[in-house]
Amino acid sequence: MSARKTSRSKPNNGDKYSVLLPTYNERENLPLIVWLLVKYFDESGYKYEIIVIDDGSPDGTLKVAEQLQKIYGEDKILLRPRASKLGLGTAYIHGMKHASGNFIFIMDADLSHHTHHVFPLLRKQKEGDYDLVSGTRYRGNGGVYGWDLRRKLISRGANFLTQVLLRPGASDLTGSFRLYKKKVLECLVERCVSKGYVFQMEMIVRARQLNYTVGEVPITFVDRVYGESKLGGNEIVSFVKGLLMLFVTT
Amino acid sequence: MTKLMEWLFGISVVLAAWVLVAFDPLDLSVPHTYREVAWPMPLYLLVSFGCYSLATVGYRVATFNDCQEAARELQGQIKAAKEDLRSKGLKMCN
Ligand SMILES: Nc1nc2c(ncn2[C@@H]2O[C@H](COP(=O)(O)OP(=O)(O)OP(=O)(O)O)[C@@H](O)[C@H]2O)c(=O)[nH]1
Ligand SMILES: [Mg+2]
Repeated sequence: MSARKTSRSKPNNGDKYSVLLPTYNERENLPLIVWLLVKYFDESGYKYEIIVIDDGSPDGTLKVAEQLQKIYGEDKILLRPRASKLGLGTAYIHGMKHASGNFIFIMDADLSHHTHHVFPLLRKQKEGDYDLVSGTRYRGNGGVYGWDLRRKLISRGANFLTQVLLRPGASDLTGSFRLYKKKVLECLVERCVSKGYVFQMEMIVRARQLNYTVGEVPITFVDRVYGESKLGGNEIVSFVKGLLMLFVTT
Repeated sequence: MTKLMEWLFGISVVLAAWVLVAFDPLDLSVPHTYREVAWPMPLYLLVSFGCYSLATVGYRVATFNDCQEAARELQGQIKAAKEDLRSKGLKMCN
C-alpha cells in the first residue's frame, strides 16, 4: 500500500462528506468498501457518513449492511433501502435526501473505484472551490485494469464521439466517481432525466450548461472482483440514444 | 443554442462558403484555380477528419493505462479488510 501521504493536521472546518453507495447484489463488496472508507476517513479526520441505498438485493446485501451498521455505528453508516430495483439514478436522489453533509461523494460499491482517490478529489475541490470534481480514467495517470482491447476500444471510441458532438469540457463523462457540493447535486438531479450510464453523462453536461465549475482528477478503475455487472448487452444502444438526446436537447 | 443547432449552424456556414467559392453563384469572378481547388474540399475535409479520428482513438486505446499497481494494492487491502472485519464479528455469508 504505497504512496499514501495523509496530512495529519486535523481539518477544522464544518465540512461534512456524505458518501452515497448504491448497491444491488454487492454482498461481498460492501463490507470491503465500507471498511476502506471508514479507515481512510478516520485517518483524515474529516467528518463523514456512508449512506447505503440497497434496492432489495436478493443476495442479502442489506443484512450485511445491518451488521456493518452495528460495527461502525448508526451515525457513520446510514441505511436507506428501497423495496425493489428502481435504478441507479433514483437511488442517488433517494440517498441524497437523507444526506446531512454539505458535500456528497458518489461512487460505485463494487470496488472499481479505489477509496484512496477520495482525498485527491476532496483536495481538488478545496483548491478551486469547484462545484463538482469528477474522477477521470482518461487523463494523466488515470486508467483501467482488467479491460480487454475490445472494451478499451469501445470506451475510447464512445468517449471520442461524445467529445466531438457535445464538447462537454470534461474528459470522463460516464465515470461515476464524483464529488459534488450538495446544493449543486440537488439542482442537477432535478434536471436530469436519463438512467444508467447516460445519467452520469447528463449530470456533467448539464453542470456545464448551468455554468458550474468542474474539476478533474485522474483515477484508476479496477474491474470488479466480486459479483456481476448490472449493465447488460444493450449498453451501447442506450448510450447512443442518450448521447443523441443530449445532442438535441442541451 | 443546443449542440445540434451549433453543428447545423457551423455546417451551413462552411457549406455556404464552399458554394460561394466553388460555384461562384454571385459572379464574384473567383479565379478559376480557386474554384478547382475548392470543389473537392468537403470530401478532403471528411476524409482527413476520419483519419484524424481513427488515429486519435487508436493512439488513446494503445496508451490507455493498465493499472497493475492499483489492482495489486486492492488485493492487499481486501485481505486486510477481511481479516479485520472477521475479527470485528462480521459474517460475510449468512
Ligand atoms: N440501489 C441500486 N444500485 C444499483 C443499481 N444498479 C446498479 N447499482 C449499483 O451501482 C454501482 C455500479 O453498478 P455496476 O453494475 O458496477 O455497473 P458498472 O460499474 O457500470 O459495471 P461493472 O463495473 O462492469 O459491473 C454498483 O455499486 C451497483 O451495485 C440499482 O438498480 N439500484
Ligand atoms: Mg462497476
